[in-house]
Amino acid sequence: MWVINNRKIFYTASIILVIASLASLIVYGLKPGIDFTGGTLVEVSYPDGRPTQASVATELSTIDPAASIRPSTTKDGEEEFIVRLKPVTQEEKVAVFSALSLKDTVKVVEKNFSSVGPVLGVEALRKSLVSIILVIIGIILFITFAFRKVSEPVSSWKYGLTAIIALIHDVIIPTGVFSILGHFAGYEVDTLFVTALLVILGFSVHDTIVVFDRVRENLRLSSARKPFSEIVGESISQTFTRSINTSMTTLIALVVLYIFGGSTTEHFSLALIIGIAAGTYSSIFIGSPLLVTIERLGRKGK
Amino acid sequence: MLKHRARAVMLLVVAAAIGYFVYVSGQPSGSHPFRLGLDLSGGTHLVYQADISKLAPTDIADSMLSLRNVVERRVNLFGVSEPLVQTEQGAALSSKESAYKLIVELPGITDVDEAVRSIGATPSLDFRLVTADQMRDYQTKLSTFSTTTEQDAAYMALFKTTGLTGRMVARANLEFNQTTNQPVVGLTFTSDGRDLFSIITKDNIGNYLGIFLDGKPISVPVIRDQIADGKGQISGTFTLDEAKRLVRDLNYGALPVPITLISTQTIGPSLGQDAINGGIKSGIIAFIIIALFLIIWYRLPGFIAVVALAVYTIIMLTLFKLIPVTLTAAGIAAFILSIGMAVDANILIFERMKEELTRGRGIWDAMHEGFARAWLSIRDSNISSIITGLILYYFGSTAVITGFALVFLIGVIVSMFTAITASRLFLYAVAPSRTSKLSTFLVSNGFTKMKS
Repeated sequence: MWVINNRKIFYTASIILVIASLASLIVYGLKPGIDFTGGTLVEVSYPDGRPTQASVATELSTIDPAASIRPSTTKDGEEEFIVRLKPVTQEEKVAVFSALSLKDTVKVVEKNFSSVGPVLGVEALRKSLVSIILVIIGIILFITFAFRKVSEPVSSWKYGLTAIIALIHDVIIPTGVFSILGHFAGYEVDTLFVTALLVILGFSVHDTIVVFDRVRENLRLSSARKPFSEIVGESISQTFTRSINTSMTTLIALVVLYIFGGSTTEHFSLALIIGIAAGTYSSIFIGSPLLVTIERLGRKGK
Repeated sequence: MLKHRARAVMLLVVAAAIGYFVYVSGQPSGSHPFRLGLDLSGGTHLVYQADISKLAPTDIADSMLSLRNVVERRVNLFGVSEPLVQTEQGAALSSKESAYKLIVELPGITDVDEAVRSIGATPSLDFRLVTADQMRDYQTKLSTFSTTTEQDAAYMALFKTTGLTGRMVARANLEFNQTTNQPVVGLTFTSDGRDLFSIITKDNIGNYLGIFLDGKPISVPVIRDQIADGKGQISGTFTLDEAKRLVRDLNYGALPVPITLISTQTIGPSLGQDAINGGIKSGIIAFIIIALFLIIWYRLPGFIAVVALAVYTIIMLTLFKLIPVTLTAAGIAAFILSIGMAVDANILIFERMKEELTRGRGIWDAMHEGFARAWLSIRDSNISSIITGLILYYFGSTAVITGFALVFLIGVIVSMFTAITASRLFLYAVAPSRTSKLSTFLVSNGFTKMKS
C-alpha cells in the first residue's frame, strides 16, 4: 500500500507544517479577540464617504489613546471603520460615536458594537480552556472504550495515543494559520474560533475512527499471519474513498458558507476548512501509518 | 417490497406536508415564524453583573427575581417589542464575582441609550395631578376609544406633573389599613416635600393625585383635605410582597440588587439581514452541490440520499420552529455544516454496499449488509460529535456558542435517523429486485469500473 510505504514522506510533510505552525505561534502568537481580553469593538459604515483615518484617530484619542482603527470595505462596497478600544460604559459609547462622526459632522451608521468587560473575558477564557480539555478527555475515553477489545498486535491504548497525535496535528495547523493571519491580516482568535477547534476535534476523531474500525474488523477476519502493515494498508485502501467523500461533502458545505455566508461566520468557516482538511489528511496519511510505526517499534523493543 | 413502498410513500407525504407547514408558517404573518437571535434581527444585548455580596444567601433567589421584574417593567416602558430579561445564576465555571448575571435583550432597535440608562436607574416615584372635571370628562368619553392603547394614552395625558417626586420622600414604611387590613405604604416627606405636598393638597381638594412608579400609575386617590404634616399613604391594591418591595425600593432608592454593565453588544439591522441572506444562500447552494455530487457519484443510492437529505432539512427546520430554537448566525453555520455531515452516514453505507457487491453478493443482500455493517462506524463517529456538542452546549460562554452547539447536536441526532432509517426505507422501496447490467450500474458508484 503506497500510503504505508511512503509514510515517511507524509510524516515529513506534516512535521514541517506543525513546526511552521508552532514557530508562528511562538514568534507571532495569537491575537485574542475582545471576548477574551475585554474591550470594545465597533464597526461603523459611512454612507456619504469615509473621513480620513487620522481625523477619526485624533478624535478617539481623547477616549482611549490606544484605540486601533482599521479601514475595511464590505462586499457591497460600503466604506467602514473597525475600531477596537478599551471597554466603555453607556455614557462613553455616546462619546465614541461622536468621535467617529467627527462631532456629528459626518453621517455614520452603527453596524456592530460590542463591549466586553474584563470579568466576562476571563470567564470566557476559562470556559474555553475547560471545554477544550473536557472534549479531549471525552474523546480519549471514548476511543479507549471503543477499542478496548483490540489488543493484538497493538494494544488499545495505542490506538488512543495515535488518535490523539492526529488530533493535536489537526488543531495545531489551523491555530498556526490563524497566528500567521493574525500577524499579517489582523485575524483575531475569539470564542467562535475555539468552537471551530472543538468541532475539528470531533470531526478528526470521526475520520480516524472510520479507518481504525476497519483495521479492527480486518484483524478479526484475517486468518493467517498476515503482516500488520498489510492489514493497515488494506484498511486504508478500503476506506480511502469514503474518508475523502465524507470530508468532501462537509468541505463543500463549509466552502460555500465561507464564500456566501456573510462576515460573521467567515473566519469561523475558514478555521473549520483548514482543520477538516488537516483532519482528513491526518486520518489517512498519519493516523493509520503511525499504527504500523508503533507496532514496528514494539517488535524491535522485544 | 410493497410494504416498503407503502411506507416510503407515507414518509414522503408526511415530509411534504411538514415542509408545506414550514413554508406557510415561515411567512412573516405565519403562525410559527423562525425565532431569530439578536445578531440576525438586530438589537442590543446587555449583560449585567449582579452584586449579591450584601445579601443573605437565602434572599438571593428572591432578590434576583425581583431584580428581573423591576428591570422588565422599566424596559417595557420604552415600547421595545418582545424584550427578553433573564437572570443567570451560578452558571457553570463562572467566577465568584460574575456568578449572578442579568441579561437583557432588546431586539429590533439599536438606539437604546435611554432604555439602557433607565435599567440601571433608581425607581422613580412621582406625583401628578388631575382635576376632578378632567377625570369626569375622560370617564364619559371612555366608550369612544377604539383601542386600549388609545385609551391609555388619553389617560396618561390627563396627568400634570407637580414636581413632587420620590427624592422628597424621607422614609417609607409598611402599614396596614385599619378597616380592610390591606397593606399600604406610608410615606414621610422631607421638609421640602412636606411644604410642597401641603400646598398641592391645599389647592386641589376634590381633585385626584396620581402616584406614579417608574412612569406607571399605581394608585390615584382623591385629595380630601390639606395634608400639612408631611405624611402620606399609598393604598394601591398591593399584595404584601409588592408593598414590601415598594417600601424597600423607596427607602434604598435602588434596584433590589446593585448591578453593573459588563457587556454591551449592538448589531445594526443591515448586518443581521446580511447574515440571514448569506445563510439562506449558502444553505441552498451547499445543498445543490452536495446533491449533484451524491447523484453523480452514487447514482441511484445517491439520489435516495438526496431525498433523505431533503427530509433531514425539513425535519430540522420544523424542529427550529417547534422547540423553538433561537437562530443565530452561528446556528445557521451549524445547520449548513450539518447538511455536509448528514450525508456522511449515507456515504459510509454506500461504500460498504459497493464492497459487498464486489464480493459477489446480490443487490438485495449487499444493501442489507451495507446498512448493518456501516452502523458501528456511524455510531462511533457520531458519538464523538455528540461529546463535542454537549460540552459546547454546557460550557459555551456566549449565546453564540450555545446556539451553535444546540443546532449541531440536534443535527447529528436527526441525521442519524434520516441517513439510516429514512434512506433505508427509500432504498428498499426502489431497489431493483433482479440483478441485471443496468441495475448493477445503478447501485454501484464511482467514476471508474470497480476493481475486483
